[in-house]
Amino acid sequence: MEEVKLMKGNEAIAEAAIRCGCDGYFGYPITPQSEVLETLMALEPWNKTGMVVLQAESETASINMVYGGAACGKRVMTSSSSPGISLMQEGLSYIAGAELPCVVVNVTRGGPGLGTIQPSQSDYFQTVKGGGHGDYKLITLAPASVQEMSDHLCLAFDLAFKYRNPVMVLSDGLIGQMMEKVQLPDYQPRLTNEEIREKYPWATLGKNGRAKQNIITSLELVSEEMEKVNNRLQQKYREVEANEVRYETFLCDDADYLLVAFGSSARICQKSVELLREEGIKVGLFRPITLYPYPVAQIHEYAKQVKGMLSVEMNAGQMVEDVRLAVNGLVPVEFYGRYGGMIPTPEEIVKAVKEKLII
Amino acid sequence: MKRVPMFGTSSIRPLKINYSRMKEEIIIAGFGGQGVLSMGKILAYSGLMQGKEVSWMPSYGPEQRGGTANVTVILSDEKISSPILQEYDTAIILNQPSLDKFEPRIKKGGTLLYDGHGFVREPQRTDINIYRIDALETSIALNMAKTFNMFILGGLLKIRPIVEIDNVLLGLKKSLPERHHHLLAQNETALRKGMEILIPIHVL
Repeated sequence: MEEVKLMKGNEAIAEAAIRCGCDGYFGYPITPQSEVLETLMALEPWNKTGMVVLQAESETASINMVYGGAACGKRVMTSSSSPGISLMQEGLSYIAGAELPCVVVNVTRGGPGLGTIQPSQSDYFQTVKGGGHGDYKLITLAPASVQEMSDHLCLAFDLAFKYRNPVMVLSDGLIGQMMEKVQLPDYQPRLTNEEIREKYPWATLGKNGRAKQNIITSLELVSEEMEKVNNRLQQKYREVEANEVRYETFLCDDADYLLVAFGSSARICQKSVELLREEGIKVGLFRPITLYPYPVAQIHEYAKQVKGMLSVEMNAGQMVEDVRLAVNGLVPVEFYGRYGGMIPTPEEIVKAVKEKLII
Repeated sequence: MKRVPMFGTSSIRPLKINYSRMKEEIIIAGFGGQGVLSMGKILAYSGLMQGKEVSWMPSYGPEQRGGTANVTVILSDEKISSPILQEYDTAIILNQPSLDKFEPRIKKGGTLLYDGHGFVREPQRTDINIYRIDALETSIALNMAKTFNMFILGGLLKIRPIVEIDNVLLGLKKSLPERHHHLLAQNETALRKGMEILIPIHVL
């Protein structure tokens, strides 16, 4: 195992990418995630593993380079922050439609528009409810620490290839810029073209003696055929929903009230839970790790034993809709959020719990 | 509560720290270029060397681009929850705007360490420990202006010995790029000098 190091979330993404056998990174700088590209350039992985690192001319170009690389069965990725991710939505829809694996990291900043460079979670809707056009889903992981930035990146590649689907790592400026301890994964070799042909027979790496070429496309003009494509996608999404839900709980078992929060908000909420518990108020924290598939059944189970839930987000109220769907009216679900790059303090959340839940 | 007159630093005793379940929440704030972020980084690395849980959360926004910069550093024996804080155990303050912003946010009984240069308003709190360190003046007089922030760190460790000097030196080595390793000795000198020039202003 590697020694424990101290690094930023963005640096951990870059280090982990090289280590989990990534073939290519294509990206364009934007605060607060520029260190991903900077670190990759500084590490020069092309000398060590042969990984390609390329600064594209735009985010639109980056995602389409990813599309091309993914079509060849390569482990490819990009990263950006909110405005850049918006530019990638068309490409993401195409990649999902063409059923290709890739990883996209969003180090979210406050919007709308160019907004601010400070942390935010206001891209939740964009990530889990579409973003691009058509009935597609992005498997979405929400890291809450620098260690998870590294862990989730490797997991993202595994899930992307398991389901031939794009995977989003939805972090934010707080996790991206913060330095913490991290233990990086061991080096895993990149696959050779022969190994890719064997593992992924759909990859467009040349006919190589086969009679028919592979075609990767999201276009199907015959509606009957396109419906079949959609059926296949939906079937895949049901499988993802059945198998890939991930979440974490903190002091939930005896809780009267539950905070629900993801990513950096969950970190802050954990402190709020500690403060509330010191006052003798039994509060727990439920942290969805996968935002799609969402832990619907698990939240519903907790709704049977608590008096109310508070969704805490760095946005104007997005995930709270999914919490309400999961709770399905069993108990009140309230919301507390800060936005525009503002970060709630643990004390503010304590106050919100008292005002909104305990009346 | 008593105002403590200036006296030689040899009699300055470290403030009480509960070592059994240690957690120190620190804010370091000043102008960009004073070494605020790197001081935090060295402190975080020192904590890492001492086997602590650590977090280092910088301001990376407009304030860093030509204005005040700050960094929150937490060292703890337990897993750190929120890296963002409303109140701090210890504040290291290097300019007036940062004093205005963070003085009210020091926990009761906490510690404020500030560089004496360029303040129009001195700290006002009477429920915290206040120490001044004339690091800018001293570092310039000794022709060591580049190690200004290490004087400050030395001062901090004199009153809050949260990490051992040996681990700070190891942390320094880890956080400095190799091309600067010939400056390690000078940094150590600054660190030790900083311990000597601390001035207690108000001690509980």
